[in-house]
Amino acid sequence: MKKNTSTKTLNESKMNYDLELLKDMYQKMLLIRRFEEKAGQLYGMGKIGGFCHLYIGQEAVVVGIQSAQIEGDSIVTSYRDHGHMIACDMDPKGVMAELTGREDGYSKGKGGSMHMFSREKGFFGGHGIVAAQVPIGAGLAFAHKYNGNKNVSITYFGDGAANQGQVYESYNIASLWKLPVIFVIENNKYGMGTSVNRSSAGDNLSDRGKAYGIKSEIVDGMDIIAVRDAAIRAIEYCRSGKGPYILEMKTYRYRGHSMSDPAKYRTRDEVEKIRKTSDPIENIKILLNKMGVEDKALKDIDVKIKSKIADAAKFAQDSPEPSEAELYTDITIN
Amino acid sequence: MTIEILMPALSPTMEEGTLAKWLVNEGDSISSGDLIAEIETDKATMEVEAVDDGKIGQLLVPAGTEGVKVNTPIALLIDSTELPHASIKNIADKPYLEKEKIAPELKMVKPITLEPNSSIITVREALRNAMAEEMRSDKNVFVMGEEVAEYQGAYKVTQGLLDEFGDKRVYDTPITEHGFAGIGIGAAFGNLKPIVEFMTFNFAMQAMDQIINSAAKTLYMSGGQMGCPIVFRGPNGAASRVAAQHSQCYASWYAHCPGLKVVSPWSSKDAKGLLKSAIRDPDPVIFLENEVMYGQSFNCPDNEDFLLPIGKANVEKEGSDVTIIAFSIMVGKSLEAAEILHEKGINAEVVNLRSLRPLDLDTIINSVKKTNRVVTCEEGFPFAGIGAEISAVVNENAFDWLDAPVKRVTGKDVPMPYAANLEKLALPQVDDIVNACSEVCYKD
Repeated sequence: MKKNTSTKTLNESKMNYDLELLKDMYQKMLLIRRFEEKAGQLYGMGKIGGFCHLYIGQEAVVVGIQSAQIEGDSIVTSYRDHGHMIACDMDPKGVMAELTGREDGYSKGKGGSMHMFSREKGFFGGHGIVAAQVPIGAGLAFAHKYNGNKNVSITYFGDGAANQGQVYESYNIASLWKLPVIFVIENNKYGMGTSVNRSSAGDNLSDRGKAYGIKSEIVDGMDIIAVRDAAIRAIEYCRSGKGPYILEMKTYRYRGHSMSDPAKYRTRDEVEKIRKTSDPIENIKILLNKMGVEDKALKDIDVKIKSKIADAAKFAQDSPEPSEAELYTDITIN
Repeated sequence: MTIEILMPALSPTMEEGTLAKWLVNEGDSISSGDLIAEIETDKATMEVEAVDDGKIGQLLVPAGTEGVKVNTPIALLIDSTELPHASIKNIADKPYLEKEKIAPELKMVKPITLEPNSSIITVREALRNAMAEEMRSDKNVFVMGEEVAEYQGAYKVTQGLLDEFGDKRVYDTPITEHGFAGIGIGAAFGNLKPIVEFMTFNFAMQAMDQIINSAAKTLYMSGGQMGCPIVFRGPNGAASRVAAQHSQCYASWYAHCPGLKVVSPWSSKDAKGLLKSAIRDPDPVIFLENEVMYGQSFNCPDNEDFLLPIGKANVEKEGSDVTIIAFSIMVGKSLEAAEILHEKGINAEVVNLRSLRPLDLDTIINSVKKTNRVVTCEEGFPFAGIGAEISAVVNENAFDWLDAPVKRVTGKDVPMPYAANLEKLALPQVDDIVNACSEVCYKD
């Protein structure tokens, strides 16, 4: 296994990266962050109900991996899913309208924050049961292989899910049948309020793939370039028919597990420290500066994104609630 | 000294088998542990070992004989010093050889008259044919489950599918129901049409979260985007002498949940028509078979486009005095009960539900309006069971037509016991149906 021990200092080699690509990734991460900030705000105003799990802090993971995908790849994740949908180019308006439970939401207001889908964009949810998406992701990979296409399934789950039995049932079958699935463990250090070292035996979650003969890597999930590079390796491996691959992304969520989590299980200092030293958006911003992009240009990007999010928030509140007839639709197809 | 070698029971439900081949000849000396014969059950071909030393005195049942009942003497073992046949002066000395017909009549099953454009086949063959036909016509249909491929199916339902369709269409899974059910669901989300076999529905409990939370609910939660065209099939209900963890009817569990269709065939015709419809259906279908029914034969249409609609019940026997509503194995028991009731002057109508969800309310209510009395039959527990649901919908829709309270015949409200006598008590029997019908007709 390859351990990525890169420090937070920006390596000169990163300056060789394509500037447009970096700018694009920066925009996407920022779009996710601003979206999540707005979602948190609307939740506080009572416009969004139920559970709402924010992705703030983890943006580099999904944006870095998405940058290595091709058209037709499948993505599936847990209930912390807003970032993944935006990374898949789903419309922030439709996502936000689902959060507010309105008819223009991606699930017509019947799924909510945790259950959204877009077949068109290859996003297969949005699943509310911890780890349920893991065999589903392996099944999507099965379909790619069965159909003989070159696509892969990117299957995200958290460190909490990594202790569920169905993850290992999926590892076993995926490895036996050489399914093109990349298992991405988003290790944000806490499964709700329980830290990884209090819930998970062994040193690294990714080590558990060894028992099934699955290749794995630990990646600094706060460094989008490290994420992208690892994703390129993993996806290339899967696409060439060699079977599954595990990427354990060491990442961090700044907010609580959900909006109702007071996060007493960690100190404010811990969060602040990571924000200051490892923030994926700040780091890429510094890199962009070094590569000659001026603050003004970055500011313009931010202004555009804020306006896009404001539109989404307005749209989500203006969209009507689903008609009462929707109660009895979509239960079965026929 | 002569020892009778008896036809062995090789599975919990085996009552008879085929003596496929003798591996010894009369006069051969054998030791304990030597292979002496090959016996075919409806599930597998098994080799039989000698349990005593000695010499084969006589082979009583010729190779190739079908329908040899368990415990029938199949050979005689004599002392190694005796000559073959020496201990048996005359075959008439052994009256059982005459009396015990080698091919006994199947109990409970009347001779079947072949119907036009049909074949008389077992439920097992009908299920297999349904899968094979659908796999031939739609390349997105594939089968996965424990022992479905190389082993040919734990109950031989998938026999021959691997040979015909190869290992890209028929997959042996590890024994991990939660995982492979989820993979099947993911494949269905990816536009394939999986048939997932559970060795029995008892083991599907391990996969319950995936079936309910992922397969049944995702269409709704996605606003109609995420159809899940999958069939979960396998034997449900009581087998024989396998006790509580392997004998349960899950019909009401699955039927409880919106988003699933739940189907339970009785005959070969049901099995073929409903399974083909289930495979073609765009929604997740729970297909509840019954192990005891696998070996039973019925007429079954040959037509490769023969379909039975999901959600439609069938009146198996018309009657005027009481409606017996049943599904799966209980349909046969209800028909038997109807014959006994006929002798008592009660003309019972027997409704075979075929589908539990959607439930065919029209057929049920129309029958109630005709007979004014209802008895429901199921193997499952009474509490919140299918009978309870039928009772409720009959109350809601035909209360004024009832001349007696709805009566439920169910499995007893206990985990299934192992002991033969207790197991019989725990399962609904023909007499229970007869008594319940007599009661609602106010006749002794």
